[in-house]
Amino acid sequence: MAKNTDSNTYTVLFATGMVLVVGTLLAFLASSLKEKIAENKRIEKQQNILYAMGVNENEDGGLAFVSKENVESEFSKYITKQVVIEGEKVTENNEAYLIDLKKEAEAAKSTSYKRKLPLFIGKKDGKDFYIVPMRGKGLWDAIWGYVALDNQLIVQGVFFDHAGETPGLGSNIKERFFMDDFAGEHILDGDTFKGITAAKGNADPKNETKTDFEVDAIAGATITGDGLSAMLKKDLKMYLPYLKTLKQ
Amino acid sequence: MGLLSKKDAKLISDPLADNNPITIQVLGICSALAITAELKASIVMSVAVLFVLGLGNVVISLMRNIIPSKIRIIVQLIVVATLVIIVDLVLKAFAYELSKTLSVFVGLIITNCIIMGRFEAFALANGPWRSFLDGIGNSLGYAVILIIVGFFRELLGSGSLLGFKVLGDPIEKTGVYAFGYENNGFMLLAPMALITVGIIIWVQRSRNEALIEDN
Repeated sequence: MAKNTDSNTYTVLFATGMVLVVGTLLAFLASSLKEKIAENKRIEKQQNILYAMGVNENEDGGLAFVSKENVESEFSKYITKQVVIEGEKVTENNEAYLIDLKKEAEAAKSTSYKRKLPLFIGKKDGKDFYIVPMRGKGLWDAIWGYVALDNQLIVQGVFFDHAGETPGLGSNIKERFFMDDFAGEHILDGDTFKGITAAKGNADPKNETKTDFEVDAIAGATITGDGLSAMLKKDLKMYLPYLKTLKQ
Repeated sequence: MGLLSKKDAKLISDPLADNNPITIQVLGICSALAITAELKASIVMSVAVLFVLGLGNVVISLMRNIIPSKIRIIVQLIVVATLVIIVDLVLKAFAYELSKTLSVFVGLIITNCIIMGRFEAFALANGPWRSFLDGIGNSLGYAVILIIVGFFRELLGSGSLLGFKVLGDPIEKTGVYAFGYENNGFMLLAPMALITVGIIIWVQRSRNEALIEDN
């Protein structure tokens, strides 16, 4: 204990050393695991898209994606086409699901940029699904999801996820009791776009009316619910010009 | 207790009761309020804190003679943050689903005052083995309260435990709901966690009057 740990020189040297050690350690770890993490994220995206169109391994009450091993083959089996919508132009692109919605939204803030809108078209049991990816803001952090519509623009299934909503409250947007309510909901009133709102004091808690443009909100998660409703409205609206052409 | 000496065993048992980090030292309240709306979240948070506090205490204890006292709090913060980020990265690469469940807790662990409190009060002055036991003991004490609060909040607020509807279905009106029982939505909000912790403190102090401070 002869060392003088109180001197300024020692303190500065210690701080520098610690920053270097910790920084190197974390940078090394992050870059060596980068590829594995990206791969996990890619698999997750495919699982989520498939989940929205009803391809999953759900058993009563539980939520289960297509397994990691099968996801690649199931994805190419059920997702028949991926397109990118840019204004009027619609191009096929097999890597549309890898488009980063966050970066697109950022870039779209400058007026000259035309936002790329990815859309996934799936087919299951002879029925077509149009799966719209979306991204918005919850209470603490980003929320995102996938909404599968049929050609009449009726919701067939959804998947939502979040980066950091309050556990037990806002985090419940990714639970089945919430997501299952969306199936069958309409987003259009005649020709007017309404979206779907997570509503408090909903007169229809059993969710029997599918044309009220509302699902039952989660108690204690008002702001997450509002963010989710806003995300549904905003992002579905961008796809509307294209989606409406399906209806005819 | 052949494994632990009496003094060491006390490091584990004290925080569980008479020196509980939440009810006696009133530390770690923020996370106790935030995540106890569900029992499952309480358990996950408890396990995460057990890991970080146990390991963090050992690291700080090993470094205790070389940490400059002027910047010791910053050093402690860096140790916690580094540990948590390493765990998060490794889980993301090798146990992705688990990391999805845990990622929302990461911020709460780093800012948990129990962790900083134990580093400062214990690990800086004691050897690694005793610090390890102290970390385990305190995180168990934290876990007990979290689980009690989570149990009551989920049961009374959502009528379920670990997601299972133990009281029946509130929408279909089965189980106790058939008799007109309603879930208390207020239990899901943070103030009720504070009140539940308050009731625990009350019960604990009325059973052991030595804990009541007179002033």
